[in-house]
Amino acid sequence: MKAGSNLEKVLSAGHFAVTGELGPPQGNNAEEVRHKAGFLKGIVESVNITDNQTAVVRMASWAACKILIDEGLEPNYQMVCRDRNRLALMADILGATALGIKNVLCLSGDHQRFGSHPESKNVYDLDSVQLLAAFKKMRDEKKFLNDKDLDGSPDLFLGAASNPFADPFEFRVSRLAKKIAAGADFVQTQCIYNMDKFRLFMKQAVDRGLHEKCYILAGVTPMKSVGMAKYMAKFVPGMDVPESVVKRLQGVDKKQQAAEGIKMAIEQIEEFKEMEGVAGVHVMAIEWEHRAKEIIEGAGLLPRPVVD
Amino acid sequence: MIVGDSKPLEEILSMIEGREKVLVLGCRGCVTVCNVGGEKEVGILASALRIARKKAGLPPTVEEMTLERQCDPEYVEELADVADKYDAIVSIACGVGPQFVAERFQKVPVFPGINTTFIGGALEHGVWAERCQSCGNCLVHNFGGLCPIARCSKSLMNGPCGGSASGNCEISPEVPCVWDQIVQKMSAMGRLEELEQVWPNKNWLTARDGGPRKRVREDLKQ
Repeated sequence: MKAGSNLEKVLSAGHFAVTGELGPPQGNNAEEVRHKAGFLKGIVESVNITDNQTAVVRMASWAACKILIDEGLEPNYQMVCRDRNRLALMADILGATALGIKNVLCLSGDHQRFGSHPESKNVYDLDSVQLLAAFKKMRDEKKFLNDKDLDGSPDLFLGAASNPFADPFEFRVSRLAKKIAAGADFVQTQCIYNMDKFRLFMKQAVDRGLHEKCYILAGVTPMKSVGMAKYMAKFVPGMDVPESVVKRLQGVDKKQQAAEGIKMAIEQIEEFKEMEGVAGVHVMAIEWEHRAKEIIEGAGLLPRPVVD
Repeated sequence: MIVGDSKPLEEILSMIEGREKVLVLGCRGCVTVCNVGGEKEVGILASALRIARKKAGLPPTVEEMTLERQCDPEYVEELADVADKYDAIVSIACGVGPQFVAERFQKVPVFPGINTTFIGGALEHGVWAERCQSCGNCLVHNFGGLCPIARCSKSLMNGPCGGSASGNCEISPEVPCVWDQIVQKMSAMGRLEELEQVWPNKNWLTARDGGPRKRVREDLKQ
């Protein structure tokens, strides 16, 4: 065990894991975090808390993680390299682990140009691969990046993200391999809509034995409407939404589109359960936390296993 | 070379408001090459200032001068006999120029007439692109001769990130993804596997992050 988190225990026991996601509010409304957390309690192993997602300022991820812990849930602390240099990243992970946070997801972060403060100065002192390596060093060698000893060490289950749909495709598995080599214990993928491409990606990953070195969780985001599908296809960087997905949603009455989106997500999960190398799913019900249960239950993944 | 952009005329006019005698000072270095601060541009800017000031009923005295370089004290010294005659100097060299002139001549106010943008090169006539961030430790040979520090929006050394699509950066379809180019180039050279190396955290001490930089070449000092 690297950190003995619930997520790590469930994965290492060989169960098909489920993680959720929660975006903190654009303010300090702790009640909103508690409210959203309520929908996810008991239906996922752990919950990703986004870190200024899409470069929009929100309540600090570590703080929302702490609220989650107090509510009896386990967080995955997302950390982006965009907003902090190595001093701040290392300081924050020490603080976070002192508060009981055990899972961390290391990300480069969306460029600030999209977000709420496009004029800001970005950091990118480390990239996501270097961040993984830094935290692995802190955990395994009990040393800072400067090789000085830590007073105590953070027990961490290290996560990374992987986007099988960004370009160039021929390097996506290599990039995953780099993240694993740098220290990733688990990986969550970008939302998957193009199943053919994902199958190809997984085959390449499995051929290289990457699934034996790291737990790969497939990303699932239910479509709420045709509008959302079209928006994601057109405007969200690195997102691959095939025409067939848009057409299927167009084929049902507007009032039924959300239900159809959920149905599609469930079908996907059924397929992931059988796919070699996929250790679980990461359900990102963006601002739709209250409907996560329908998807997870519908896919036959409840109740969640209890592992001591 | 150092690439610059002319400041809007209105901004320059407002900077020199209330100054009677003005000198527009050009530079024959980089800014001449990128057509913003050389002798020709000095003439154009000076004329535009004269016309605008005349129209506004202000003193139109605007004179012109272009130095070989404004980043060398020996050329800046050419102003020694004339600097005091002016109430303002508008330097259209890169950002180094106004500072060198201001440091040498304590009394005359110096204004920047251009915005210094980046270190780059010409892609075609009239089109320049950033190529270097002068980080002080060049590693381009490891990335197919392309710089991920200057040309990746996130300066990723282990890229490409998850936002790269159709060869473009996530920030805009107008910005090429340099990591896409690096992968294609290394692939074409049969060196793709080299990119699987995990690059450790960079030492930014040699970059601006280590504080303002200074280089002393003992062999060249007199």
